[in-house]
Amino acid sequence: MCGTCGCGEEGTVSIRKPGEDTGEHTHSHSHAHDHQGHAHEHSHQHKHAHSHAHEGHQQHHESSHGHEHGGNGHHHRHEREIQLEIDVMQKNNLLAERNRGYFEAKQILALNLVSSPGSGKTSLLEKTIKDFKSQKKIYIIEGDQQTMNDADRIEKAGAPVVQVNTGSGCHLDADMINKAVKILEVEDHSLLFIENVGNLVCPSLFNLGEQKRVVIVSTTEGEDKPIKYPNMFQSSDVCIINKTDLLPYLDFDLEKMKEYALRVNHQLEFIEISVKNGEGLNKWYAWLKNLSL
Amino acid sequence: MHEMSIALNIVEICEDEVKKAGGQVVNRIELEIGTLSGVIPDAMEFAIQEAVKETVLQQAERKIHLKQAKARCQECDHTFDIDDFVAVCISCGSFKTEVIQGKEIKIKSLVVS
Repeated sequence: MCGTCGCGEEGTVSIRKPGEDTGEHTHSHSHAHDHQGHAHEHSHQHKHAHSHAHEGHQQHHESSHGHEHGGNGHHHRHEREIQLEIDVMQKNNLLAERNRGYFEAKQILALNLVSSPGSGKTSLLEKTIKDFKSQKKIYIIEGDQQTMNDADRIEKAGAPVVQVNTGSGCHLDADMINKAVKILEVEDHSLLFIENVGNLVCPSLFNLGEQKRVVIVSTTEGEDKPIKYPNMFQSSDVCIINKTDLLPYLDFDLEKMKEYALRVNHQLEFIEISVKNGEGLNKWYAWLKNLSL
Repeated sequence: MHEMSIALNIVEICEDEVKKAGGQVVNRIELEIGTLSGVIPDAMEFAIQEAVKETVLQQAERKIHLKQAKARCQECDHTFDIDDFVAVCISCGSFKTEVIQGKEIKIKSLVVS
C-alpha cells in the first residue's frame, strides 16, 4: 500500500514542469513487499550469530517459542526492550529541516500556502506574480491531487513552476518539496511559494521547511473555520482573509472569524484582501517585503 | 486519512530499529499520542492494522497511550489540562496560552526479538 493515505500501489506522485508529458515519478514510501524481503535476510544472519552467543540464553530460548517459523528448531530469540521515544514524524521533520537549511543558505523565502479548496490561493499567486515580480524573482510549487491546471495558470502569469501531483495523497510532504526544488532550480534571494493541496486537515501535520505558513480563508466560508480546523490555524503564522469584496452580500462575520482564530492562536496576524478588486493587497506585499529583508 | 501515512512511518522506523538491534520481529510496541496531535486513535488503530501486514510488526502487541494535552498561561503562568486549542486560562481567563504538551505522536518503546 502507498504511504499517502492508504491509496493503492498505482498512487504514484509525479513532479513535473508545464509541458512535460511524464516527469520524475517518485514513490517516497516503502511498500510491504520490500519488508518481507528484509525479514528473510535477517533470519539468515541470525543463524550465523547463533554459534557465538550461547550460554545464559537458555531461558529466553524456552520462553520465546511458539512462533510459526518453519522447522527451524534452533531459533534463538533474545527478547529485549528498546526505549525509543522517537517522534513518528521525524523523517518528514528531518527532511523539512534540510529544506529549511537550503532555503536559509540561499536566502530563499519559502512560504507554505494552505487553505480549503476554492479559497483563491492560485488567484492570489497569479496576482502576486504580476505585482511583485519586479521586486523579487518568484517561484511556485503547485500541489494538487491531479491535473496541471494550476501550473499552467502560474506559467501564464509568468513564474517558473513545478506541479506536484500527489495522486490520491491529501498533502505535500518535505520529500516532495526537496525533489521539486531541485527541478525548479530556484535562484538565490528569491521568493518561493508552495501552494499546498486544498485541505485544512492533513497538511497541518507536515512541515515542509517553510519560513512561514500562510492560511487563507475566504468570506464565502463559515466564520467558524478556525475552531473547526484548529490544527491548521494553530500552526499558521498569518491568516489571509480573501474575497472581502463580497462582504456586503454575505452573512460572514469578519470580526467573529478573527476572534475564533485568535482563540486558537493568539499570535496569528491577519491580512484582509480582495484579489478581485485589489483591496488590501498592499498590506500583503508589505508583509512579503518585510520578510524578504 | 493522514493516519495511514503515519502508520507507514511507524512501520518504517520499526523495520530500521529491528535491523539495528539485530532482531527479527517486534513483539510489543508502545505508542504515545497526544490528545491534540491531530491523530484520531481509532483511525490510527485501523491504519496500523493494515500497515503492519507482512512486516516486522505483524504479530506485535500494540499499546497506545493517550497523552493529555496541557497549556500554560502566558499571563499568569498557570498550567492546566485542555481539550482543544481554544485554551482559555482557567485561572485568569486569558487567551494568551500556549500548548506545552499533547501534540506528540511518538513510538515510546519496542520489544524486539
